[in-house]
Amino acid sequence: MFLASIVEIIQYMKEPILVGILLSISAAMLGVILVLKRYSMIGDGLSHVGFGAFAVALALNQEPLFVALPIVIVAAYVLLRMGESKKLKGDAAIALISSSALAIGYLVGNLSNGFSADIASYMFGSITTATTQDLYYILPITALLIILFIAFQNRIFAVTFDENFAKAMGIRTKLYNIGLSIVTAVIVVLGIRIMGTLLISSLIIFPALTSMRLFRRFKWTMWISMLISVVCFLIAFFCFTKYSSAASIVLVNLGFYIIATIVSIIKRKRKIKN
Amino acid sequence: MIKTENLTIGYDNEIILKNVNINIKEGEFVCLIGDNGSGKSTLLKTMIGLNKPLSGKIIIDGKASIGYVPQTLQVQPDFPATVNEIVMSGCLKKMKWRPFYTKKERELASKYMKMLQISQFKHRSFSELSGGQQQRVLIARALCATSKVLFLDEPFSALDRYATLKLYGVLHKINRDDNVTVVIISHDVETTLRHATRVVHINETIVFDGTKDEYMQSAFMKDYKGGAE
Repeated sequence: MFLASIVEIIQYMKEPILVGILLSISAAMLGVILVLKRYSMIGDGLSHVGFGAFAVALALNQEPLFVALPIVIVAAYVLLRMGESKKLKGDAAIALISSSALAIGYLVGNLSNGFSADIASYMFGSITTATTQDLYYILPITALLIILFIAFQNRIFAVTFDENFAKAMGIRTKLYNIGLSIVTAVIVVLGIRIMGTLLISSLIIFPALTSMRLFRRFKWTMWISMLISVVCFLIAFFCFTKYSSAASIVLVNLGFYIIATIVSIIKRKRKIKN
Repeated sequence: MIKTENLTIGYDNEIILKNVNINIKEGEFVCLIGDNGSGKSTLLKTMIGLNKPLSGKIIIDGKASIGYVPQTLQVQPDFPATVNEIVMSGCLKKMKWRPFYTKKERELASKYMKMLQISQFKHRSFSELSGGQQQRVLIARALCATSKVLFLDEPFSALDRYATLKLYGVLHKINRDDNVTVVIISHDVETTLRHATRVVHINETIVFDGTKDEYMQSAFMKDYKGGAE
C-alpha cells in the first residue's frame, strides 16, 4: 500500500521531488561554510531581504527572480563584509536589515493589492507547486556547485578555516567571499519559493550542524551533510504528505540533529571510559 | 630577501609607522620588539600582505614564499578539521590549479608533522588538542607553505613556559639547520633574544635595528634590565 502510494506520488510530483533534492544538496553544501564562518544568521537575514524584493517585484509586475536576485546578492556581500568588520555589530545589522526588508515587503504587498496569496506563499513556501522552470534553475546551479566544490575543496577548507593564513599564502580570499555571497543569494532566492522566507535558513543550517556532530574531517562533514539533507527531505516529502512540506522538512531535520547529538555524546563518553 | 622601502603603514587615515626601511636577509632570526600598540604587529601583517601599505614598497625575493603563524587561532570547538587537513592546506600555493594534493605534497606534510612531533595526532580534530599542540600544527602548516621564511605573531603568548621553551627550540633548529629565515614578534623578550640574531625595536619609529650583540650592549637593554630589577 505504502509503496503503491509512493509510486503514485513520484509519478505526479517529478518536478517537486527533483527540485527538493537538488535544493537540499546545494543548501547543505552552502550551510557547512556559512556555519563554520559563523555566518548562519546571514542566511536568515537574506531570506527576509529576498521576501521584500519579491513583494516589490510583484507589486511592480516584474519577474520576481530578476528583481530579487541582484538585490539579495548585494545584500549578501554587504552582510558578509559586516560580519568581518570590528566596528559594526554584525548581528544587530542583520536584525536591522532583515526586519526592515520584511516590513517593506509586507507594506508594499498591502499597498498594491492587499496581502495577496502570492506573497503569503513566499512566507511559507510550497514545494508541490515547483515547476519545470524551477528545475531548470536549480539543476545547473547544483551541478556547478558540486563541480566547484570538488575542484576547490582544499582551497575552500583553507579559507574557511583560517582566512588570514590563506591570504598570506596568496589565495584571493576576496574573490572567494564574493563567490560565497553570490551562491548564498542564489540559493536563498530559489529556496524561498520552495521553503518559504521563514524556513529556508533552517534548510541551510540544520544538515551542517547535524553532520558536524558526527564528523571531524571537513570533507566528510561536507558530503554527509548533503546526504543528510536529501534523506531528511525525502522522509518529510513522502511520510508527511498531508502537512506543510517546509515545516515537515525542518522538523525531520531537527529530529536528525537530536539523534546526532545523542550519538556524539555517547561516543564521547565511551572515549573517556577507554 | 625581504625589503621594505619607505614603507608607511596604518589603517585608513591613521598612520602608525612612517618610512620603515628594513632589509631582512636570508637565514636571519629577526625579533621585533616594541610596546603594545607600537605597530609591530601591523608591520608584520603589512609585510605578509594582510594589510595594505599606505605608501612605500615591500619587495619579496622572487623565490621566497611566506609562511605565517598567528597568535592563536580562535576556532569554534566543533570545526571539522583534522591535523592532517590543516597541515596539508599549507601546500595549497604549490598546487596552482590542481584540485588534489600529490604524493610529494603529502610527503612534505608528513615530514613536517614528524619534525614537530604531531604525527600521532594526524587524524585528531584540531580543537581537541592542547594549546602547544595547536601551535605546532600551525607551524607545520606554515612550513609547508614555505621553506624560506616564517613570520610569527606572538605565537606562544597563550602557552605555558615549558611548551614555549620547547617551541623556541624547534624554531631555533629550523632556523639553523634548514636555513629558514624567522621573523618573530614576542613580548617574551628575554627568551626570544636567546635565539635571535637580529633585533628591530619599534617605538613610534624604528629606534634600533642591528645585531643581537649590539642590542645587548645598547641603552635599551640597560633600560630593560633596570626596569626588571
